[in-house]
Amino acid sequence: MSLEAKQLTFGYRRKGKAPVLDHIDLKLEPGERLGLAGPSGRGKTTLCKLLAGYERPDRGEVLVDGKPLKEYRGICPVQMIWQHPETAVDPLMKLGDTLKEGGPVEEGLLEALHIQPAWLERYPTELSGGELQRFCIARALRPGVRYLLCDEVSAMLDLVTQAQIWTFLLDQAEKRNLGLVIVSHNSALMEKLCTRVQTLT
Amino acid sequence: MEPILEVKDLSISFTQYGRGTKQVLLPVIRDLSLTIAPGQVVAVVGSSGSGKSLLAHGILGILPYNSHMAGEITFLGQPLTPKRAEKVRGKEIVLVPQGVTYLDPLMKVGPQIRKGRWDQSARQASRAVLERYGLGADTEERYPFELSGGMARRVLIATAAAETPKLVIADEPTPGLDARSAKRVLGHFREMADSGAGVLLITHDLELALTIADRVAVFYAGETVEEANAADFTAGKLRHPYTRALWNALPQNGFVPIPGAQPGPGEVGEGCPFAPRCPKQQPECLGPVPYREWDGGLVHCLDPEGGE
Repeated sequence: MSLEAKQLTFGYRRKGKAPVLDHIDLKLEPGERLGLAGPSGRGKTTLCKLLAGYERPDRGEVLVDGKPLKEYRGICPVQMIWQHPETAVDPLMKLGDTLKEGGPVEEGLLEALHIQPAWLERYPTELSGGELQRFCIARALRPGVRYLLCDEVSAMLDLVTQAQIWTFLLDQAEKRNLGLVIVSHNSALMEKLCTRVQTLT
Repeated sequence: MEPILEVKDLSISFTQYGRGTKQVLLPVIRDLSLTIAPGQVVAVVGSSGSGKSLLAHGILGILPYNSHMAGEITFLGQPLTPKRAEKVRGKEIVLVPQGVTYLDPLMKVGPQIRKGRWDQSARQASRAVLERYGLGADTEERYPFELSGGMARRVLIATAAAETPKLVIADEPTPGLDARSAKRVLGHFREMADSGAGVLLITHDLELALTIADRVAVFYAGETVEEANAADFTAGKLRHPYTRALWNALPQNGFVPIPGAQPGPGEVGEGCPFAPRCPKQQPECLGPVPYREWDGGLVHCLDPEGGE
């Protein structure tokens, strides 16, 4: 039972450039909260994209419970929550429909995230970043999901909303026995949230 | 000293279509006042959706066509009319925008910083300004999609710093930057202020803001609920319950969330917008609440903490 990255190598194919990720190993157990640290441009987001299957590694592989990620069908057991929620939702769809795309939403989830019923009828441009991020989290929390990759999910949010969203995520992670990958530049936040930290250099 | 920017009783509202052809007026900023003196960094801190970015866009005169602005904005002693705003923006008033989406996706970084100039001095200037923010000369040849989030943000700052502005409006300049780069970037804003410019720092990162700001204005649902000196925070001299909630929500100060969400535009009544979530709520809070001086700062509350 683990999410495992083995010797991941990946580059964005610029001539003569070193790969962004060079033989990276990572292992995450359910219930663990792994922090990813490192200066910007070191491939933290890229690593998340590989772990969630948005990009294929040039070399190496991603295993979920020993089985390659690409062999999973249906909703991916590894879900990513993005840094910029406004770029992670369809701008032409009402948010209620965006939520439904991933199937029915569990009961109580919308209340727990303080999503107002009126927001379901709105378009993404009519909501703030913090409000949109709540939708992205609700969308990612499917029953089959085992690992959540949180890429600077609260960097855009004010402190009260940040505390609210993390209290919610930690609570859900415990209930569902999720493994979390947490990317953040805020060391105080990392210290509060993570069980261990891996640094990309 | 004459203030660089003076905002008085600013209100911004939007016209929207309700049902059919019926138009509704949606107020998003109410009676906002703010002053920035030369050499000062004034931070505007507040939750997302509280109207912080609109304030910046209002000063620059780049609000969308369906908006209305009331109140007074004075820049260097002269009223900042839409015409004047058009003339000074990009030169005397510069914006460091919030989103990396403000970069032209089809234009390489170099030409974006040079703003269309191709001569040798412009090339040298753009290279120098990139270097100042720790970006190599090869950054010039990149398209925005080839930049990491942090690099894109530094490019946005470099674009603004390429001019010599009197007023810098920084709209969330630090998210996506690691702690060291964030401190360095804020240091550059402090430098700009120390050389006589005024800096309006719009952010939700209270902790970082406090490291360079002289004064802090706290926004909630389109209103300034409190204006305090930066030192008041660490001294525990906070006046408004929302400011206190922000302070207590810092990871190192307890990480305490308060329930509920900020009311959206149009959902705010006449009274205090924070009242529904406030632990000290009284029936009077739903009536008009004055913005008054209190214990060395300004507060929008009937029962502020501290003071007499």
